[in-house]
Amino acid sequence: MARAKRPVSRRQAWWLLATALAASAPLTPHLPLWLTLGTATAFAWRAALTWRQWHLPPRWLLVILVMAGTVGVFLQYRTILGRTPGVALLVVFLALKLLELRAARDAVATALVCYFLVLGQFLFTQTIPTAMLACITILITTATLLAASDDRPNPRQQLGRAGLMLAQALPFMLLLFVLFPRVQGPLWGIPQDRFSAVSGLSDTMSPGSIAQLSQSDAIAFRVRFKGDVPPQSQLYWRGPVMPSFDGRSWRVTQILGAYPQVPYAAAGTPVDYEVTLEPHGKYWLFALEMPGTLPPESALTSDYQPIARQAVRNRIRYTQRAWPDAIAGGNEAPNMLRNALALPKDGNPRIRAISAGWRAQYGDDGAAILIAAENLFLKQLLIYTLNPPLLGPDIVDEFLFDTKRGFCEHFAASFVFALRAAGVPARVVAGYQGGEINPVDGYLVVRQYDAHAWAEAWIAGRGWVRIDPTAISAPSRINSNFTAAVPAGEALPFLARGDLAWLRELRYRLDAVTNGWNQWVLGYNPQRQRDFLASVGLNEPDWRNMTAVLSVLCGMVMLGLTAWILRNRLRVDPALVAWRRFTARLSRHGIAWQAWEGPLAFAQRAGMQAPVHARAIAEIAALYARLRYGPAPQPGDLSQFKAKIAAFKP
Amino acid sequence: MPASLRHRLHETFVRWALRVRPPEPAPIILTQRRVYVLPTRAGLAYATALGVILLGAMNYNLSLGHALVFLLAGLGIITILHTFRNLVLISIRPSRCEPVFAGGLAQFDVVLENQRSDARTCLRLSVDDVPVEIDIGPRASTVATMNVRTARRGWLPMPRLTIETTWPLGLVRAWSYAGPNLNCLVYPTPAVKAPPLPWSSHSTRGSTKDGRGADDFSGLRNHQAADPPRHVAWKAVARQQDGPLLTKLFTGAAAQQLWLDWDALPDIVDTEQRLSVLARWMIDADAAGLAWGLRMPGIRLVPGSGQAQLAGGLRALALHDHGAR
Repeated sequence: MARAKRPVSRRQAWWLLATALAASAPLTPHLPLWLTLGTATAFAWRAALTWRQWHLPPRWLLVILVMAGTVGVFLQYRTILGRTPGVALLVVFLALKLLELRAARDAVATALVCYFLVLGQFLFTQTIPTAMLACITILITTATLLAASDDRPNPRQQLGRAGLMLAQALPFMLLLFVLFPRVQGPLWGIPQDRFSAVSGLSDTMSPGSIAQLSQSDAIAFRVRFKGDVPPQSQLYWRGPVMPSFDGRSWRVTQILGAYPQVPYAAAGTPVDYEVTLEPHGKYWLFALEMPGTLPPESALTSDYQPIARQAVRNRIRYTQRAWPDAIAGGNEAPNMLRNALALPKDGNPRIRAISAGWRAQYGDDGAAILIAAENLFLKQLLIYTLNPPLLGPDIVDEFLFDTKRGFCEHFAASFVFALRAAGVPARVVAGYQGGEINPVDGYLVVRQYDAHAWAEAWIAGRGWVRIDPTAISAPSRINSNFTAAVPAGEALPFLARGDLAWLRELRYRLDAVTNGWNQWVLGYNPQRQRDFLASVGLNEPDWRNMTAVLSVLCGMVMLGLTAWILRNRLRVDPALVAWRRFTARLSRHGIAWQAWEGPLAFAQRAGMQAPVHARAIAEIAALYARLRYGPAPQPGDLSQFKAKIAAFKP
Repeated sequence: MPASLRHRLHETFVRWALRVRPPEPAPIILTQRRVYVLPTRAGLAYATALGVILLGAMNYNLSLGHALVFLLAGLGIITILHTFRNLVLISIRPSRCEPVFAGGLAQFDVVLENQRSDARTCLRLSVDDVPVEIDIGPRASTVATMNVRTARRGWLPMPRLTIETTWPLGLVRAWSYAGPNLNCLVYPTPAVKAPPLPWSSHSTRGSTKDGRGADDFSGLRNHQAADPPRHVAWKAVARQQDGPLLTKLFTGAAAQQLWLDWDALPDIVDTEQRLSVLARWMIDADAAGLAWGLRMPGIRLVPGSGQAQLAGGLRALALHDHGAR
């Protein structure tokens, strides 16, 4: 392999620098600053080496640098395993490999590392922009591989050829993507990297915690209903239930996996839908109240919240059924009810006094106390706002009687407090309320600013009953959406503003594209693959018939491409055809054209042998020479040439 | 695997792969049946890398990772076709080969023709270890000169030609073999130390030793290209302005009658040495502008001078007793 030992040319060095840059630049947001700076230095060094044609740095220096980089990565992450440290190490190697380009073999190795780094990009994000960026990186890297073989063409030609080859590879990619039997990962344990904080609900609720979420327009999940979309006021997406109160914060105290099956009976018209949940790092699966079925690998907590066996760290999809009228907890365990009555010993004397009055008036009639509490909230003329004033120690009293301004958590917390003080078991439920139908693809999009908190009271004979105290004071929050309920002038997340129609339209479209990408490209897992293949008529798709279909289709594409690539366009130059006719005619008169003879030399010789035709022969030969070898033949030349030959009768 | 076995297997493969016993009739067209394709070392590394990327994509459930692997796999398949296409249907014709002295480099010229409307890039031709890299333009032909070190006099057939390419990505190697019908005439190496030109003995028989020597001027005639420059009659040319060059003719019999005789050398000189000495004499005699004749077993060359005479003489030496070897 003499070629592999050939030194790397300057052009090839520039190509390698370009591909290294294209492969590592998209990773900078995910890597520590020192590594980015070090990589940039190495790239600049490489550029200087190529520009000035300096000598390569000595091996021992590179060995030291590699060790320093490895130690740096270890100190940064306390490990060199796992995805982020692994990607960081690859970047170190790539940067230093550039300083060690000695032979063409090194160029190939560098290109392969760049392909790996494209995968590294996908470990962090897989959005459409990432995919586009990756396409550019792959294009440049492929052009670099081309340049490693032949560095003479200019960059445009190299990129063009790389693009052509990648375009020809596309059919294979599509076939393999659809038909290659998918395996559900992980194949081995994924190192538990730090999971970056994701905005979303938490397992405690204190004043202001949900209001904070209202500033985020990140998507929590998307829903596609099988039938009609239920009215907006019914879209309560049940999340963590919080029965425990310490005077300021509400907390989750639940028995995980209490029910492997739904413990209550079906009631009402079921609603079927499919949720595509964005990763949030918790175990919760959101479901429309009340959850009627459970997704695979999940269970129901003691307070009817579906939870997954594993934390939701990737986008997941599950189908669900809701029973809106189900009676949950008809005969609830006494300790659950006891927990739902617990209050701190003191604080909030005013509401306690009012509740004690209800208790005295209605006794054990929970339903009547519920109505009394609703009436109290209505009478107080509470204001729904994103910016409630800060509250002192008696948060319920101050909210209900002094400031009268609050967000949903204030409403829910105060309502539950009032019920508990009156002896009615109650708890706070956090989750999302509502959502927005995207008219482009019909998906209901639930964003973080749809986060909500409501109350649940236990009434004998009716089980747990949902009451939304926010709806009492701000019905528009429930009936239309969050934006409608917020008073004008308060800061809203960009996407929640509905004032620009075209922007809204654009947002719908973008979101539909993103959703399609998520559903069909990123979410193309074994399940979806089976469903899709079954829907296009492949019966009971398993890996055997998938592979068979894949082989047949790939073979067909291969044949088609082979035919296209090997098509032998032996379109002989028409000038040559006419010339052959002409020489054949002459050879019949004993003037044979020799293959080694140029047309002009031949004309001279033939002219001597047949002086009568010398002029015609010379003209024809001159035309032929111009057509075949001239820099720019005139358009009329060929027809003139043919006409002259046709007229030539020796 | 021991080197000798590997060599033998390779030779067996090549004999099978060549399909026709060399030399092959021209033009040799590299049809798809005789073009072979295998991954290079870089190609194997590429395949391994794809396997690792696929495992990573599966483990982390990266859909785009799958797409990346599949795109690169498609690229790998495509590059097989491109590499194959770069080589297939090239036609090879033997061109020519100038005679050389044994020990020199025989230069075999072969013409490679590309009838397609796109170029063939980075083809590597090798007969020995040192490959020649060429391109062929669209609908064009290129002459490749293959150097082969010669060892013995006689006809040297062109060794088997290996033509290969890894273009465009270097991941796949397509190659083919050809045995063009091209032979190089190898002259015997001229002896470094040779006896002086055989003026004496019977090679100068019949000369008139009358004191005027061999350089007796006898007249002038028009200059011919083969005449040695030192025989140009410069004085005569200078006298008549713008006239043609004239050559002096001499009457010395030795000048025209130098016989290089096989038997002029002592018997202890063996055949190859004899041939070497004769070759040296011919070159010297030609350089001196002498007319000379050759006498050796089975061959008699009448005295003459110039390139044609030298070529004929050296050819006779090269092919002496060649059939028996």
